[in-house]
Amino acid sequence: MKEIILIKLGEIVLKGLNRRQFEDRLIKNIKKTIKHLGDFEVKSAQSTISVIPQDEFIDLDDVCERVSKVFGIVTYSRAAVCPEKTLESVLETAPEYLSEELECAKTFKVEAKRSDKKFPYKSPEICREAGAAILRAHPHLTVDVHNPDVTVHVEIRDFAAYIHGQPLKGAGGIPVGTGGDAAILISGGIDSPVAAYMMAKRGVHLTAIHFASPPYTSERAEQKVVKLLKKVAQYSGDMNMYTVPFTEIQEAIRKKCPEELFTIIMRRMMMKIAERVAATRRCAALITGESLGQVASQTIHAIACTDAAATMPVFRPLIGMDKQEIIDISYKIDTFETSIEPYEDCCTVFTPKHPRTRPVLEYVERAEREAELDSMVDDAVNNVKVTYINTRED
Amino acid sequence: MEHYLDNSATTRVSETVAAEVTRVMTETYGNPSSLHSLGIRAEEVLESSRSTVSRALGAEPDELYFTSGGTEANNLAILGAVEWLKRRGNKIVTTAVEHSSVDETMRYLESKGFEVVYIKPDESGRISAEQFAEVIDSRTILVSAMLVNNEVGAIYPIEKLRKIIDRAQSPAVLHCDCVQAFCKIPLKVKKMQIDIATVSGHKIHAPKGVGAIYIRKGLHIKPIHFGGEQEKKLRPGTEPLPLIAGFAQAVRDVNIGKNYAYVKDLCDYAREVLEPLGVVFNSPDDALPYILNLSVEGIRSETMLHFLAQREIYVSSGSACAKGKPSHVLSAMGLSKTQADSAIRVSFSADNTKADIDALRAAIEEGQNTLVKRK
Repeated sequence: MKEIILIKLGEIVLKGLNRRQFEDRLIKNIKKTIKHLGDFEVKSAQSTISVIPQDEFIDLDDVCERVSKVFGIVTYSRAAVCPEKTLESVLETAPEYLSEELECAKTFKVEAKRSDKKFPYKSPEICREAGAAILRAHPHLTVDVHNPDVTVHVEIRDFAAYIHGQPLKGAGGIPVGTGGDAAILISGGIDSPVAAYMMAKRGVHLTAIHFASPPYTSERAEQKVVKLLKKVAQYSGDMNMYTVPFTEIQEAIRKKCPEELFTIIMRRMMMKIAERVAATRRCAALITGESLGQVASQTIHAIACTDAAATMPVFRPLIGMDKQEIIDISYKIDTFETSIEPYEDCCTVFTPKHPRTRPVLEYVERAEREAELDSMVDDAVNNVKVTYINTRED
Repeated sequence: MEHYLDNSATTRVSETVAAEVTRVMTETYGNPSSLHSLGIRAEEVLESSRSTVSRALGAEPDELYFTSGGTEANNLAILGAVEWLKRRGNKIVTTAVEHSSVDETMRYLESKGFEVVYIKPDESGRISAEQFAEVIDSRTILVSAMLVNNEVGAIYPIEKLRKIIDRAQSPAVLHCDCVQAFCKIPLKVKKMQIDIATVSGHKIHAPKGVGAIYIRKGLHIKPIHFGGEQEKKLRPGTEPLPLIAGFAQAVRDVNIGKNYAYVKDLCDYAREVLEPLGVVFNSPDDALPYILNLSVEGIRSETMLHFLAQREIYVSSGSACAKGKPSHVLSAMGLSKTQADSAIRVSFSADNTKADIDALRAAIEEGQNTLVKRK
């Protein structure tokens, strides 16, 4: 039996004249994420995108798994294509295609949708006939239109008639790439991958920036970030990761700055470097995983100090979230287990015992000037290393 | 040049062992349980390997069973013995410095209602026989202690435990994790009156994935895996013959006395050249010379490890990083947090030379001068 995937779009159908642009981007994203699984035709018609496999050995489970992570999709269904667009064909296909589910159920109903108004039977007629056909094939069932165990959907569309079960929930959001480019500062903890995921959901195409301080930080910390980004990339699409050599700057901060300002100065330096790296890669904003009050560098005063280091807008999608809420999302996107691997990262090197929670910008800037840190930014920016994050080579 | 000083983590497989493994994989590839001649030939290799490894432990061939390594052997030893003796008591005595394959198994038994006593070492890392005598009583069903500690190399008085157990009129089985001691010091499990001893191949230049358990004749511990008739049903599953043959080859290649003298010399040299740098040694003076645990003050273990690795010198961090937990061994010894935080473990094999130690010394000195220390 020939199967395809029918995809219903999310809020992009509400867009006005830009709608075409959003839809084209979504199709492009779908094509890209399933390209390695085989040949497909992906086309849009009547507010629905169809993914049509071009050979019979393609595993639609893998395709569904990928599609479930594409932003811009509200629901999707695996559907059987009826061999002909006739009522007889529908009545033959419906009981057979969902027979496994129907055998385990007690009650069912049929819902029909006739977008092709030229089809000679109306929706209630289709429901009635299909229901009768299913009852003939599975006599143990009864019809329950209010609370059925299984709902059989019949869709009569322009090109063909389709049968499918309950549509599955898509990833929501809007298609990646329609919201511009932004750079996520990623350390390897729990928060930053979640922040990246959340901005990608709003259509932002990501670039990642990671700070490495060997030998204070381990090669494994960087591998861990790559692992995390591969998970995020299943939602956000492929991206570039820029690794910034940060050892000298951290050593200078440690040697020349007051201990209670280590963290805040370090974060400001990260912002300055990230902004420079981001700008040359066409990014218009920075993203961080900060959540208000979580640690000393995430108080309102500290964030104000950090913000002052960059002129680009800084998005902090987790700012009002509890740790547990962030962890829940990290489980959902499968980054949690990797995030908690215990490798030293740049944020834990030289952590002061008593960091300042209400730093004053003026003093912070003076400390930075005295340590002559700005002169080291160029060097760091010019020596970034790029790694291409690809979700397909696992 | 590469300086591999992490031999207690694992060792390089020697050429002779690799050749033997290949030979068995391609020539004696039969299943030792098969009835045909290829199977018989494989069984011959299995039994001659068993005899080689058992001899190195001072045991009879029919007292030795091959396992997948030290962890499996320790699990089998502890869970099997407890299953056998659980009607006679509820108490287990062990130390606070065991390898995680013993330690975690003990935590599991604790959760099942057993009383487990963990004996702590003193600050120098030593544990005395009297400490065991104080806690072993007639309800004690298992005493499990390692012969050589894997992090600091301390040697524990296992040879005195049998008398203590008997004097306490305890039915206890005596299990000894000999992974770090095997083929490094002469082992006579019979003479030491150990009931169960466990060893691993990859610490002595054999491949990873093979180990063995000695069980005194007459002791009937219960299996923890179920299946075929292999290893007298104690460890079912087709024997990994190439690995077992490699293990036996590694045992045959060892010259314990010669290696010990050579490594002792290396370790003394290391202590001598590192001491002037102000390095603190966490290993006791009389530790097994194959392991030297030390702290370079002010520099975190992981930082020093990466710094050395950049110079192709490979050691272990004696302690986990800021995010992990400190080593349970160093904590049990009561080391200060800064000392435990900066511990690294250097471990030797007979393949090392003084040039490796000179490289280590130079690199540590360079690290002390260039790495930024923690306040």
